[in-house]
Amino acid sequence: MSTKTDKIDRLAELTAQSETSTGSSLWVEAMRRLRASKMAVIGGCIIGMFVILAVLGPWVAPYDPTAQLWRGEVRTNQGIFIGMRGENWFGLDHLARDQFSRILVGARQTLLVGIVSTLLGLAIGALIGTVSGAAATLGGKVGGRIDSVIMRFIDMMLALPSLLLAVSIAAMLGQSITTVMIAVGVVQIPIFARLLRGSMLAQGGSDYVLATRALGVRRRRIVLAHIVPNSLSPVIVQTTLSLATAIIEAAALSYLGLGNPDAAVPEWGVMLAQSQKYFDQAPMLAVYPALGIIITALGFTLLGEAMREALDPKLRS
Amino acid sequence: MLRLVVRRLLQLIPTLLGLSVLLFVWLNRLPGGPAAAMLGERASEADVRQIEAALGLDQPWYVQYGRFLKRLVQLDLGTSSQTGQPVWDEFALRFPATVELGLAAILLAVLVGVPLGYFAARRRGGWLDVAAVSGSLLGICIPVFFLAFLLRAVFAVELGWFPSFGRLSTGMDATEVTGFYVLDGVLTGEFDAAWDALSHLMLPAVALSSIPLAVIVRMTRASVLEVLGEDYVRTAESKGLHQRVVRGRHVLRNALLPVVTAVGLLTGSLLSGAVLTESVFAFGGIGSFLKTGIDGRDYPVLVGFILFIALVFVVINLLVDLAYSLIDPRVRVR
Amino acid sequence: MALLSVDELSITFTGRGRRDIKAVSGVSFDVDQGQVVGLVGESGCGKSVTSLALMGLLPDRGVRLGGRAEFDGGDLLTMSQSRLRDLRGSQIAMIFQDPLSSLNPVVPIGVQVTEILSRHRGLKGAAARKEAAHLLDRVGIPDPTRRLKEYPHQLSGGMRQRALIAMAVACAPRLLIADEPTTALDVTIQAQILELLKELVDEEGTALLMITHDLGVVAGLCDEVNVLYAGKVVESAGRRALFEAPTHPYAHGLLGSIPRLDAPRGEPLKPIRGSINDRIDWADGCAFAPRCDSYTLECLSGAVELTEPREPAHHVRCVNPVLPAADVVGADVADADVADAADAAGADVADAADVASESPVAAAKKTEAPS
Repeated sequence: MSTKTDKIDRLAELTAQSETSTGSSLWVEAMRRLRASKMAVIGGCIIGMFVILAVLGPWVAPYDPTAQLWRGEVRTNQGIFIGMRGENWFGLDHLARDQFSRILVGARQTLLVGIVSTLLGLAIGALIGTVSGAAATLGGKVGGRIDSVIMRFIDMMLALPSLLLAVSIAAMLGQSITTVMIAVGVVQIPIFARLLRGSMLAQGGSDYVLATRALGVRRRRIVLAHIVPNSLSPVIVQTTLSLATAIIEAAALSYLGLGNPDAAVPEWGVMLAQSQKYFDQAPMLAVYPALGIIITALGFTLLGEAMREALDPKLRS
Repeated sequence: MLRLVVRRLLQLIPTLLGLSVLLFVWLNRLPGGPAAAMLGERASEADVRQIEAALGLDQPWYVQYGRFLKRLVQLDLGTSSQTGQPVWDEFALRFPATVELGLAAILLAVLVGVPLGYFAARRRGGWLDVAAVSGSLLGICIPVFFLAFLLRAVFAVELGWFPSFGRLSTGMDATEVTGFYVLDGVLTGEFDAAWDALSHLMLPAVALSSIPLAVIVRMTRASVLEVLGEDYVRTAESKGLHQRVVRGRHVLRNALLPVVTAVGLLTGSLLSGAVLTESVFAFGGIGSFLKTGIDGRDYPVLVGFILFIALVFVVINLLVDLAYSLIDPRVRVR
Repeated sequence: MALLSVDELSITFTGRGRRDIKAVSGVSFDVDQGQVVGLVGESGCGKSVTSLALMGLLPDRGVRLGGRAEFDGGDLLTMSQSRLRDLRGSQIAMIFQDPLSSLNPVVPIGVQVTEILSRHRGLKGAAARKEAAHLLDRVGIPDPTRRLKEYPHQLSGGMRQRALIAMAVACAPRLLIADEPTTALDVTIQAQILELLKELVDEEGTALLMITHDLGVVAGLCDEVNVLYAGKVVESAGRRALFEAPTHPYAHGLLGSIPRLDAPRGEPLKPIRGSINDRIDWADGCAFAPRCDSYTLECLSGAVELTEPREPAHHVRCVNPVLPAADVVGADVADADVADAADAAGADVADAADVASESPVAAAKKTEAPS
């Protein structure tokens, strides 16, 4: 008897040592790979710092970002700007306000623009994509028609350069931060809609959906409980990437003069746009907000790309 | 082939119709309505009334829409409130500049991006790959207009290697033939003018190509990586073919298919970028005209531009689809 | 001296920050002129990797090769890429598993055939096209001149595999490696393709290394068989010897798991339990032990060597081989019936392919492979 237990123990011991491991779920596996990815770690750190800045900015800023404390020293018409110095680490802007404080405080507004516009695009885009995808996969003939009408509309939106779409929306709504958020958000709608629909179509054609249908599962349940959850990973990746483009696009809108006219709330895009006028005399005024935007966008892009790689089933070993 | 063209052109009609509806609604929703939009914001109350009557704005919406559509079909885009000239004429005047810039940018992006993406994929994880990937990530994250300012400040203002604005140096005597200045210079044999136009084109084209370049590098890289793992590449290797045949006929030919599509889709972002880049370099194209149009609330210019761009985008993508069907036999059959 | 002589071949995948994975270790076998040698095992046992290593098609990085593979006086494993390029396609050719993905989708069939002719036989233009048409005709593709202009997606699965075979035999290679050439095909087509391969081998005297999981193919085609498990040869013997007396419990189980029409009704199939993932390191003992019904503590104490427990030239890597006297499970399997079945299969490939396609291994393979 003892040899038999010995045998089994020895076998268990050796099997455990063996290099082959059993598969783990998609998300657990993706998280593991994400943590191992240098890109994800760097991106995550940047985003983390950005979020901390956005939360704490107003408390740690040494000066009031709107106070024109050194009014006599800056004369834009004579090309006199004040660069870095003791009490003003990043110098003064064209209205003699402390640039460092404005950068710190501006992070919050910038993050807000990115998040709100992306969420807007995601919510509406995902809704349209779900309807279209569900109609196309399970709706039969009528569904196919609904899908093709929706997709025509989405294609039309895609046919417009995003910036112009945003410009026309902004022209309709007037100048404000809300306008920028809406404009940038609307631009993202067709991207999310197309992505989710495409992903759902791919899932809808798969064997497991056929199997659930054959089992008589109700269509609404198939869509909501099976197809949509399995189609989400590209959408999650795109959301992260969209946060980056939203911030950049908001800056471009500001440059075109459609941004937030409210000087009381600093925002990096507006700061960058306003400083362009003085670029030849005081380039650093533009460089600080630009660096802020670039680094932040890079953070979101790095994380998004790392997620794309982590979630790509083709790349899993 | 012809059937494909016709079918695609027919598919255009609903898209353009839908777009015209959107624009119509948009114009009517603008602050002050279409009359103010036509006259600009400084129009007096009486002028607005008069225009409204003259335009038949008291009539039902479908009559108005019909009239709107008729004008569009006749390519009557209205009159620019900035210059007082018909919008169409203004566009025609500036069109070559934008095309020249856009072509230069996309050419730059393809000529640099495809080889870069290819070699990055071939030596995956090598220094070139790391540089190409991080460079393209950075390229996507830099706001185009900031890059334009930066390039201008460094290479035009500071170093003086390139002119900082315009399409030709003042005093440069150039004969205009096509409106594409570089081409004109070559055609007429005025090589100094061609060179001058080219040096003016350089910085804006580099700035404008940043995003297409980044996209093409990443796309080519990903595509080559995927194709390198395909069975048919292994088959080609198993036949003992020379490396250049394997790479050219079997790897690149397949890897470039998605890149061709990407080039078409990039047109939209290219035109957006042109608005920003042209205005930084005072490059006299449609883009800088639109920037001043936005600043001056010149709505007819905006409407015209949007329709125009949608048309350009759709036509370019049609051309791309046709090109695609020529190089990918699987599409031809359907 | 054999045409191809593989000696102690080992293939290890090395990855940064990962444990090395031994895909193949200590595999030896010979292939003689005009001989058909089978390399049999389930997916993941290292048989395809072996064929790629012989062709020099494994990536340079992340792979460590060991041992020798003598072909025509040179070692395929250490040969320079340029010499390998000269050999590949002309002396050694390969047929792959999935004919659709193995053909370039955007290049006409004709070009894919003529490119090998111009590379190794210097044929160009019309001469190359004529020879290509002749080749397609020879592998049984009707209307070859028209087919030359067509693209892979316009051909049926069987046609595609025929086209691939035409490319492989274009330069009359001395060694043909076929990696599961019939797995992706319908059963009826499978038989036709095997028939074609048999014909070509018989006519040209080409040596064929047949890589398969399909015992029907082995029965119908192979002279010598090597059964691979987890990267090692566990049994190697002549076809008849193997089918008559499978001696390693794995080979024994493989044969026992084939459904048979002449089995009494209601008798359950005898599948091998577990999967190839339930394994231990060969250095610690027998990798098959976790799935073996008759493993002992001895199986788990150190490496197991190849021995000849039954007769000379019938090698088995097992501590407790299935021998006639000790035969418990396999009494009814290793008897004459199987040998008869194997013979019948040998005479008629279609039958064998049919039987094999029903085997659990084959069925599992099918569901795995995305269509």
